[in-house]
Amino acid sequence: MSDASAAADGDAPDAGESDNGSFTPWDQDAVKLTTLVIGLFALYLLGGYLLGYGTRQQLASIGQLSILIGIFAMLALALNLHWGYTGLFNIGIIGFMAIGIYATAVLSKGAATAKPAAGSTGGFGLPLWMGIIGGVIAAAIFGGLVALPALRLRADYFAIVTVGISEIVRFTLLETEIQKVQIAGYWTGLGGGSGLILDFDPTDRFLEAFGLMDAYVGFSDTLGEQLGVGSNPKPIFDTLLYGLILFVFLIGFYMLLQRTGNSPYGRVLKAIREDEEATKSLGKDTNRFKIKGFMLGCALMGLAGILFYAEQGAITPDAFRPRLTFYVWIALIIGGAGSNTGSVAGGAVFAAFLFRGPIFFKNIVQNTFDSLDAPSTFGQAVSPITGADPIPLVAYTIDNMGQLQLVLMGIVLIYLMHNRPEGMFGHRKEPASPIRLQDRTQSKPAASAAATDGGRDQGGTDDE
Amino acid sequence: MGVSDTYNRGRELFVEDPVRAVIVVVAVLLLLDFVRQLAVGATEFSEFGVMLKDGLMRGLFFGLAGIGLSMTYSILNFANFSHGDLITGGAFGGMIATYVIAGGFGSEGDIGALMLLGSGGSVFGSQLGIGVATSPAAVVAGVVIAGATAIALALVIDRLVYKPIRDRSGITLLITSIGVAFTLRYLILFVFDGSRRGVTQSGAVPTVGIPAIDGTVSLNLHEVSLVVVSVGLMAGLHFLLQRTKLGKAMRAMSDNEDLARITGIPTERIVTYTWIIGAGLAGVAGYMFVIWNGTLHWFQGWILLLPIFAAVILGGIGSIYGAILGGLVIGLTMSISIMWLPSGLTRAAAFFIMIVVLLVRPQGIFAGRATA
Repeated sequence: MSDASAAADGDAPDAGESDNGSFTPWDQDAVKLTTLVIGLFALYLLGGYLLGYGTRQQLASIGQLSILIGIFAMLALALNLHWGYTGLFNIGIIGFMAIGIYATAVLSKGAATAKPAAGSTGGFGLPLWMGIIGGVIAAAIFGGLVALPALRLRADYFAIVTVGISEIVRFTLLETEIQKVQIAGYWTGLGGGSGLILDFDPTDRFLEAFGLMDAYVGFSDTLGEQLGVGSNPKPIFDTLLYGLILFVFLIGFYMLLQRTGNSPYGRVLKAIREDEEATKSLGKDTNRFKIKGFMLGCALMGLAGILFYAEQGAITPDAFRPRLTFYVWIALIIGGAGSNTGSVAGGAVFAAFLFRGPIFFKNIVQNTFDSLDAPSTFGQAVSPITGADPIPLVAYTIDNMGQLQLVLMGIVLIYLMHNRPEGMFGHRKEPASPIRLQDRTQSKPAASAAATDGGRDQGGTDDE
Repeated sequence: MGVSDTYNRGRELFVEDPVRAVIVVVAVLLLLDFVRQLAVGATEFSEFGVMLKDGLMRGLFFGLAGIGLSMTYSILNFANFSHGDLITGGAFGGMIATYVIAGGFGSEGDIGALMLLGSGGSVFGSQLGIGVATSPAAVVAGVVIAGATAIALALVIDRLVYKPIRDRSGITLLITSIGVAFTLRYLILFVFDGSRRGVTQSGAVPTVGIPAIDGTVSLNLHEVSLVVVSVGLMAGLHFLLQRTKLGKAMRAMSDNEDLARITGIPTERIVTYTWIIGAGLAGVAGYMFVIWNGTLHWFQGWILLLPIFAAVILGGIGSIYGAILGGLVIGLTMSISIMWLPSGLTRAAAFFIMIVVLLVRPQGIFAGRATA
């Protein structure tokens, strides 16, 4: 199995061979994903150009887009491990994200030994990297606690239990009795309804950890001057840098999950998804496999939650409503459950078109038609229709794009379930071996026998 | 003999099923502490009476709204996550009728503003004097329209969304219903705005005080109406399912759809009746909840959906009596758990009960799939 690690990566040499053996770069998943992301960036730059954005706004827009793409792709990957690989219907994603970021916040917020002022609280003052590790471990342990009893339930019951648990987490975070507590001389707590201020900036901590802060500030000043970003260029470059850091994490997630999916362990997970009874009859302790898979996915969700919220400066329990869970589901279904490449693509498409797109579109329209005064209520918007004047309704629609975008998401979800439940890349026909067996039949005829789902029709576009 | 039998059974329970044993112990401890709290006066009897009353109201709502969820779950085989938004849709539809009638068809406010339930702060429910005593005709019309709105919504959605994928798996339908829930909820937000409206004239509700041992428990007309409407509808449904062919056909279909079709039961028509009954009850329940509660907002149904799921699972999916009983258990848990838990965690307690039931007795209290 010399090339198992290579095959685990999308860039594996034999992943680029199509049936006739000719090599086209397009067959490589990494190429597809890079093209997709670059295409999305280009689209946003074009939109920014239409809006008359300056360099500063363009850079900020790209930075924010890459953060969102990174986060949603990571979450979709983690969910894919649960649903796409193991068949665990988890709709409590936001709960695990909340556990992750709250644990990190409590561990890494500045220490307060005297009772802090009302409305604020401290933490244990650990370095941020320790806080992040703590948060990931907390999410994994919590996942294990949920999984231990819940795994024997049917998929739909499991769904209801997980969404119930994510709501229990939110109610607990809202609870005033643990808003501020003293543990071992430190004042800490979960902040109740007013939430927690995160007094650490992940980008700054990252730079400080590598001693690059001064160099970075100097660099951003020079580059900012050259690009004409204006005064105080650091926040803009911070966003871009953070987006870049998230992409690095995303590549890590992708490689880890590709590797997991193709390992003997991952094959058992897929077998559980297809037929748990049969897997059991082969002597696999399916519950152990499921618990481990669930915990790994929860740990990754916790990490994605930490990376998402740490950058925002403050967290409140209100941010942890189940809505975000369904965003991730839509992303995964767009991309295609069961495929890691699809998860990343789905996350990117969701972030660009459904999450950020409508608001961007609203800005473009409102910027182009300055005179568009939106009525404040639906009634004022609709009543001119009788006089054949649709403009107020259009203006109201544009003005309330934030609400309509969720309607749009719902319709997209229904459409996909009707017409393309397998998503962009989703197909569950995967070779049982991480090595492409069919392509080797000429050289090693004996190896062609094993393919779980009756083999593949064509080997070229496989992303697994 | 009897004693040793009991003893043996007790020992077997503890050895064979430690989880259940722990639950029994916890329940006994809570019961003892409950008696202690009442005895030493940590909780007054009248306070407990208020909890009991609130729990009963909520429980009846959960039960009434849960019947539809339970029926679609057993007959169409999927967990319908858009059920909560059917409740919201019904409540909004019924409230429009109430506003328009109480507003004198435009004589006490702009008809458009009335139809949008005073979106943007143009008309207020208290100003229109909405209440069972003050505007009975408007409320009765509201109840009917609420049911009709929810039925219309459910039938349209079923035709457009669920019918084309009727033969797919329950999970596919579940995910689709999440899409429906999103669409419906945010359309309501888009049209009616996001404010939390007070819709009744809360000062004008007739109230009587019922003497309890150490105080009084007040009971108002809106609470009585919720009880009357829900108990009446439940009794009517019981009659419908027990005494008519439709009820028998529904039970047959939830048991085995293919067999039902072979026997000549028009399954598609049964599905339509399922939606009509389930959504109608959900809409009426939503409207009565709003009248009882006095406020209306766009995600009301969604936050009530999880406790309703809890009630349905607790009672056993497919069982209508189970849904009613489960609703009462969940409602009472939410209000009585305040004796031990901080008030923010009472909803968490209800979900916790649901999870425990799923683990210990996943088939629910009313085991079996008898739709009656």
